[in-house]
Amino acid sequence: MIPASFEYLRPKTVSEAIGLLQQHGDDAKILSGGQSLIPMMKLRLARPGYLIDINRVPGLSYVKEEGGYLKIGGLTREAELEGSPVVHSKYPIIVDTAHVIADPQVRNLATVGGNLAHGDPANDHPATMLALGAQVVATGPKGERVIPIENFFLSIFSTALQPDEILTEIRIPIPPPRSGGAYFKLERKVGDFATAAVAAQITFDDQGVCQEAGIGLTNVGPTPIKARKAEEFLRGKRLDEANIKQAAQLAAEESEPSADLRGPVEYKKGLVKELAKRALTRARERAGK
Amino acid sequence: MAKKQTVHVKINGRERQADVEPRLLLVHFIREVLGLTGTHVGCDTSNCGACTVVLDGKTVKSCTVFAVQADGAELLTVEGLLQDGKLHPLQEGFKQEHGLQCGFCTPGMLMSTYALLKKNSQPSEEEIRWGISGNLCRCTGYQNIVKAVQYAAGKLAEGGAR
Repeated sequence: MIPASFEYLRPKTVSEAIGLLQQHGDDAKILSGGQSLIPMMKLRLARPGYLIDINRVPGLSYVKEEGGYLKIGGLTREAELEGSPVVHSKYPIIVDTAHVIADPQVRNLATVGGNLAHGDPANDHPATMLALGAQVVATGPKGERVIPIENFFLSIFSTALQPDEILTEIRIPIPPPRSGGAYFKLERKVGDFATAAVAAQITFDDQGVCQEAGIGLTNVGPTPIKARKAEEFLRGKRLDEANIKQAAQLAAEESEPSADLRGPVEYKKGLVKELAKRALTRARERAGK
Repeated sequence: MAKKQTVHVKINGRERQADVEPRLLLVHFIREVLGLTGTHVGCDTSNCGACTVVLDGKTVKSCTVFAVQADGAELLTVEGLLQDGKLHPLQEGFKQEHGLQCGFCTPGMLMSTYALLKKNSQPSEEEIRWGISGNLCRCTGYQNIVKAVQYAAGKLAEGGAR
């Protein structure tokens, strides 16, 4: 399969890349890892006239804790995230997530920024970022603006990014003590999109009562879903089996899957319930409660 | 037609360059422009891993990378594994342990397992299976591929470091 013809541009800085976006408007696409965009171009589902390759822009690939946030550069590869010592020691939910994205070769190129900016509800990071209450930094002609992740996903393949903006950083508030999280995904085989997946992040107070809960759902709706009712239900409660079961039931009710070759609606809702139970249970264990 | 761009690579130790259209995929650049047909096109949809090559030390699916992106890079393909006329321990392992039947997936399997052993010289069975999880084989059931990699890891540990 051969993509349609395009002009290839390779800016050296973010501002140069933004200038090119302004110049070419809707006819331009940013090439990051390319692991979603290039397959879409080969299928001619995407036919940008200009491809702006930001892979050689320095300073966009990093994972560090700074100013109360875990900061992830937009161009950070999934393999780098998977191998990051700080992520490994403190953010097992992110390790869970990166580990089940596509396959090793794809993870060597695919980027965290691209996984979010593509706006595909089947991608894995969105649910985890919703659970973690992340923020997205969009850089455009007027500088940076910060978008809460819950306002980022508008509809399928559509995000709050403007045509002249680039997703340059993801910020995750450093979880307080007694926090834990997990991501559970069911896929038919390695490399497939999730049939369904659930991310859960919990913070307890010193009495073992849930202070904060974040729950995100993958590939069970037109956008990644923040399971607000389930989150609200858990705040102020202990995570005993009955409460976990009830929260999982609420998350399943909040999901809006469609039937496809991965299964019918009822099956997927049942799956959300079971995966939510497992993710919440693992999150509780990891929080040490 | 879009303007052609010059792509310069070091492939299997040799400097090569050509002017190509930006939409040319790396796998077609390797096979059709450079004439190295050991790298296979399998599914052409980023699933099967038959087109796996090593790009600046990391495995990639060359059907999902544009040749222009590889400008200035070092590439290793299956042709580069043979050294001084001798098979790489991995190639020897695939032969000894029947790690292939039809052989179509083998170049990609070799490149993925080459990169795996570079990173982890004594992988467990699970690590081997995870390491080849982006490569499909429809003949072997993978069992003999795992054995072939274990064979190579053993050979390399004996001092045949490559």
